[in-house]
Amino acid sequence: MTDYSLAELLIVACAENWRDAGEVMAFGAGPLPRLGVNLAKSSFNPALMTTDGECFYTTDPIGPGCRSDPANVEGWSPYDRTFNTLWSGKRVAMVGPVQMDRFGQANISAIGDHAKPKVALVGARGFPGNSVHHRNSFFLAAHNSRAFVAGEVDFVCMAGYNPARWFDGKKPIGLDLGIIVTNLAVLDFGGPDHAIRVKSLHPGVTFEEVQDNTGFALARTEGDLPVTPAPTAEQLALVDRLDPKGARHKVLKDNPPGDRKAA
Amino acid sequence: MIDKRMTIDDIVDQLSDGMTLGIGGWGTRRKPMALVRAIARSGLKDLTVAAYGGPDFGLLAATGKVRKFIFAFATLDHIPNEPHFKAARQAGLPVLELDEGLFHWGLRAAAMRMPFLPTRVGIGTDLIKQPELSKTVRSPFDDGELFVAMPALSLDAALLHVHRADQQGNTLTLSPDPFFDELMGRAADKVFVTAEKVVPTRELNMIDNLRYNILERAAISGVAEAPFGAHPTGAAPDYQLDLDHLKNYAASAASPEAWAAYRAKFVDTPEQDYLAAVGGADHIGSLKIPSY
Repeated sequence: MTDYSLAELLIVACAENWRDAGEVMAFGAGPLPRLGVNLAKSSFNPALMTTDGECFYTTDPIGPGCRSDPANVEGWSPYDRTFNTLWSGKRVAMVGPVQMDRFGQANISAIGDHAKPKVALVGARGFPGNSVHHRNSFFLAAHNSRAFVAGEVDFVCMAGYNPARWFDGKKPIGLDLGIIVTNLAVLDFGGPDHAIRVKSLHPGVTFEEVQDNTGFALARTEGDLPVTPAPTAEQLALVDRLDPKGARHKVLKDNPPGDRKAA
Repeated sequence: MIDKRMTIDDIVDQLSDGMTLGIGGWGTRRKPMALVRAIARSGLKDLTVAAYGGPDFGLLAATGKVRKFIFAFATLDHIPNEPHFKAARQAGLPVLELDEGLFHWGLRAAAMRMPFLPTRVGIGTDLIKQPELSKTVRSPFDDGELFVAMPALSLDAALLHVHRADQQGNTLTLSPDPFFDELMGRAADKVFVTAEKVVPTRELNMIDNLRYNILERAAISGVAEAPFGAHPTGAAPDYQLDLDHLKNYAASAASPEAWAAYRAKFVDTPEQDYLAAVGGADHIGSLKIPSY
């Protein structure tokens, strides 16, 4: 059996977000989702368009902290073009909110009162527009009830499956929430009325542990929950090549092993 | 021939209390920082400042120039949160919070002299609980869809940093991403640019550089030469952002004493001394290209 880190397990889980995405702009925020994009592009979806993190599309995907060889640049995506692309729906993203609620509504703006926040965060960035124009998935490195909150998030930056907030009660045209990858599990929006559902548990994690760290009731599939697939030896080798600076080792505290039972 | 050359202090003299200013660039890229520092030193007050925010926001907040921010983010990129902006927000400084795309939609409305533009951005979020974004508009066509009405973001002045300009206000923005400087300029009554170099028109070599000319000269009110005028943000390809300086700047938010020391050394100092204080032209010229 191959040894792998939890970070590597999560990269492989993130990559699934782009398996069936087709030829679109792919964006993963933070080292692990970004390596997920790059793994997807380098294995099962080579049609993906990826950028250097600034404004150039590159043929070979660029790892976290790395810069592209100029000869590898294949296209241009200044922010103006990025908005044109995403408003057309031809983008699939994975982003990292600070808070998420049971509707999939996400917050990166402020903790507490928006007028005088307890903690001012970066700001809504492109979250509101992304959420109503193209598919979005999520990565949260610390699955706990401060991140997965009871009620609604403090400031809703991303629309979710909450009809009370939709205009005329109709789902916004591009609203399409995919998966949620955390340090405990992979979740999706496949429960009743798009409720958040545990899709697979990481090795050594129980449903109860995930539920206890979530501020709202989680749905689950019938019967035994599958275990999140371990990276294959081929995937691990590929990830190693895609991350020459080893950014994946520094995301999770103490870089824990992927199988907690074996640890 | 028209001559729009002026000094940075001349630009500051054209601004007044209570104005709504747009600042070009994005985060730590191509901010007119020399001009921002001059505003920070001036007697100007009660400004509404709209930008894709970086250290421009933080400096103006920390020097008490701002009545309100219009923003979608404030970041130092490699340092995710702009610390002085964060402190101002947590002290209750008023804001209008936008989405990045919604921001340019508002600029576009102002640029076209439209009162608003319809959009889906904001639906389902708390952005539209802010009074400025609370209006909606229904499609008059068969679809009948209800939209957010993004109001025009009209600016009294736009402050932009460019690479080259001539005395008439013809400019080149040579960076890989021009961001939304064109729309910011068109949304403003007056546009003031700081330029790395002011050169004779023929030296713009415009026929080979057309794609870098993002705003025609009739839109430009004044041009001030400001070598390294974007520092500590980057003005690629001329020079890159100064991450070490940005770290020092961010650390200055840790205490009133740290801020006072930063301010004395880098803000309340004549611009000609600033360059030496941050390490000189050779240092800035040797800064490494960042990765994102």
